[in-house]
Amino acid sequence: MSEVIVVTSGKGGVGKTTTSANVGTGLAAMGRKVVLIDTDIGLRNLDVVMGLENRIVYNLVDVIEGKCRVKQALIKDKRHPSLYLMPSAQTKDKSAVSPQQMVKMIQQLKEQFDYIILDCPAGIEQGFQNAIAGADRALVVTTPEVSAIRDADRIIGLLEAKEFKKIDLIINRLRYDMVKRGEMMTASDVVDILAIPLIGIVPDDENVVIATNQGEPLVGNGTMAGRAYQNICERVLGKEIPFIDFEKTISFWTRVTGIFHKN
Amino acid sequence: MEFARIFRKKSSREIAKDRLKILLISDRVNCSPEMMEMIKTDIAKVISKYMKIDAQSMEIQITKTGIKGRGKTPSLYASIPILDLNK
Repeated sequence: MSEVIVVTSGKGGVGKTTTSANVGTGLAAMGRKVVLIDTDIGLRNLDVVMGLENRIVYNLVDVIEGKCRVKQALIKDKRHPSLYLMPSAQTKDKSAVSPQQMVKMIQQLKEQFDYIILDCPAGIEQGFQNAIAGADRALVVTTPEVSAIRDADRIIGLLEAKEFKKIDLIINRLRYDMVKRGEMMTASDVVDILAIPLIGIVPDDENVVIATNQGEPLVGNGTMAGRAYQNICERVLGKEIPFIDFEKTISFWTRVTGIFHKN
Repeated sequence: MEFARIFRKKSSREIAKDRLKILLISDRVNCSPEMMEMIKTDIAKVISKYMKIDAQSMEIQITKTGIKGRGKTPSLYASIPILDLNK
């Protein structure tokens, strides 16, 4: 049975693409057959985060328009043989694809893959409708900020209306030093407000920027974010993994400077 | 910055949480600002029958008292400054 997961957030820039890349890579590293689909038509990015931008020949819109077969548009990942990327079109706009066409294409992909991960564009318009059309599970990404949480709440409402079986929350870019000072909402504050199950907390980690610079997902490496993504993947597979206590791994310097911030 | 922090009662975390709670309830109820304005004018009209109020600075808000989780009954809070109790 394959599972179709949409990664969505409402607000832009909270980490949907990074999450898609890392969850997809993580699941593939655990031996699952995974396809990542970039549904952000006109603003494609997942190829760059994956470091596959030079291998694109055909894209999602070409498949929908019948210019090529599904197989021709799929790009094999550099590192994992069971991971593929379906890039989005950079020159078309969102109206080039309809939700019905997406559902049809996903049906085809289900025959070959265990996990189909859709990277959703920001907003709640057509691009969002296309991305969620064929999905039965959602990962809602938010940061611990008022604007991102408000948009996430709106997205959750829309997903609930579409009767999604499973909606899980990922809190991205949490800064433990700020939480400690009372200057950032805690993970449990966010969960309280949004009231959906939490599947992962990803700390704010500069390694994410470094990984994106290099076009290499960081899931499973020793970094804080890499470990957090690894745990998310395990939980996606249904395993019970305790949440990492990053309190203990906060850098020495944060601790030293933390002394001066105590109220 | 440090100096200001000593005198501030609420942390920005608490402010964010409180703001979101109120914001999301009106988002979820799907109450348009026009409708809120109409409710406000109607309440002011009714209360004005019995006492003199300051309709200009009156405020209404949809919020939850028992907070936590979705689906609980939201409540309407009105803060109406009274100018004179006996009309």
